[in-house]
Amino acid sequence: MTSLLFISSGLFLGWSLGANDAANLFGTAVSTKMVRFTTAAIIISVFVIIGAVVSGAGTTETLGTLGAVNTLPGSFIVALAAGITVYLMTNYELPVSTTQSIVGAIIGWNIFSGYNTELDVLTKIVGTWVFSPILSALFAMLFFKFAQYIVNNYSIHLFKIDMYTRIGLILVGAFGAYSLGANNIANVMGVFTKTSALKGIEFGFITLSDTQVLFLLGGISISVGVFTYSKRVMTTVGKSIFKISPVASLIVVLSSSTVLFIFASEGLRSILLSLGLPPLPLVPVSGSQAVVGAVMGIGLAKGGRNVNYRLLGKIGLGWILTPLLALVIAYIALFFMQNVFMHQVYL
Amino acid sequence: MKKFVFNKSKELEKDIDEYLDTVEEALLIFERDINRYFNGHYDLFEENLDDILDIENKADDILKDIKYKLYTYMLIPEARGDVLTLLENMDNEVDLCKKVLMQFSIEKPEIREFVLAEFKDLSKQSLNSAEELVKGVRTYFEEISMVNDYVNKVHFYEHEADKIEERIKRKVFNSEDIDDFCKKVHLRHFSERIAYFSDLAEEISEKLSVATIKRSI
Repeated sequence: MTSLLFISSGLFLGWSLGANDAANLFGTAVSTKMVRFTTAAIIISVFVIIGAVVSGAGTTETLGTLGAVNTLPGSFIVALAAGITVYLMTNYELPVSTTQSIVGAIIGWNIFSGYNTELDVLTKIVGTWVFSPILSALFAMLFFKFAQYIVNNYSIHLFKIDMYTRIGLILVGAFGAYSLGANNIANVMGVFTKTSALKGIEFGFITLSDTQVLFLLGGISISVGVFTYSKRVMTTVGKSIFKISPVASLIVVLSSSTVLFIFASEGLRSILLSLGLPPLPLVPVSGSQAVVGAVMGIGLAKGGRNVNYRLLGKIGLGWILTPLLALVIAYIALFFMQNVFMHQVYL
Repeated sequence: MKKFVFNKSKELEKDIDEYLDTVEEALLIFERDINRYFNGHYDLFEENLDDILDIENKADDILKDIKYKLYTYMLIPEARGDVLTLLENMDNEVDLCKKVLMQFSIEKPEIREFVLAEFKDLSKQSLNSAEELVKGVRTYFEEISMVNDYVNKVHFYEHEADKIEERIKRKVFNSEDIDDFCKKVHLRHFSERIAYFSDLAEEISEKLSVATIKRSI
């Protein structure tokens, strides 16, 4: 019970991830009524949970090497600080990512507890923040050119394109939800893996380890976020921020999901290693920023239109401001937890 | 889900094809009847006047069905407005066929020999423009990269029709064969009515161009 109480801050972070980031996956599809909200919410929930439970370990390990939070109250504060940062930044309409908040909060814990922050791990993580929207833009340009070639060179009836787009939006949305679960569960539950007292369980043939039970809870909290709050966000995403066609939206979701997937897939990492190629790091990246990268990629593929340089600047600012704010909040909150509420926040 | 969307898409594809076939048929009936009139086969002209009324009713019924299905099945949400605007505008061409033939039947304009060739040419060029528009609208659904070729042809024939219309007006108003000013005005009116097929086609082709740009991904 105490364990559940302490992981509530992680569940809150999961809820906000479900409410905000999941909306990117089906925003255009739902707002243009190509896919019903209930269908979208069920698909996201199922695949986020599968992604989190099956492939969430890789990115969690990376966050663990950045800072191994070793008491439950410490984990609670780190996740809470990240959650408050997301809330504050969203309130001031600044682009925010749970990834950047949690990293800032973990560094805050490292400073407070006197542990060293592995600089090479931090460099690797920050590098992927910068690299992921760029990679997403490159994927979007590639997929866009391919789609354009198909539409221009093959006579496909408007109604068939509509049908293929609907099916594609559902498939790609499911893939996106899986990737989001696999990549971002570390942000939600990663700091609790070493401290939670939750035990593994067995459902018939399926056995879940301690960590997987934690990820399952995180996945459920993301689903609750999707069902309770994401409809409004989806309408905003679809109608005001990214007013793009359903086909372009399919490309955006596919590109950003591919980025999330390749930074979370241990399978892909082993394939690259077996081929003697340099492996990509398993790092939680921001889904929203990958989406912005993909939208800009399409803009560039269309000849440089729709490129919002102000938004790019804001994202760059977010890379610095979000972790810094989370770090400060975490440091102060850890101090209070340790000295006012008398809970040990590190060993 | 896939089967449902697939069946409805197929159904609408068929309906739109049938609608455009009907518009083409209306233009062909107009061409046949107006030539009968120009060639002095008035009895034959009057005998088959019901054909255009039937085809106009058929076009209206199909269009009503398309509108209902488009909104009920929630298909092509992004392009729905453009598709309906285009199809409704195409209906104006069918209405024009009926109206002009009726005016010929009721008012019986006297097409004098010295402008007969021009009138025939005017109806040919003006109808060419409308026919190219139908092809353009068809390619909007099937092969978007070809739309501009047809839009250019619409503009070309419209321009040709304009020149012939002007020639007819000059000939009529400079003519000493027609001494009644009312008859001159009457002929001017009919030249304008026939030329209106191409004016309307040009107007719709501009909407088609915009819809095509919007459809590009």
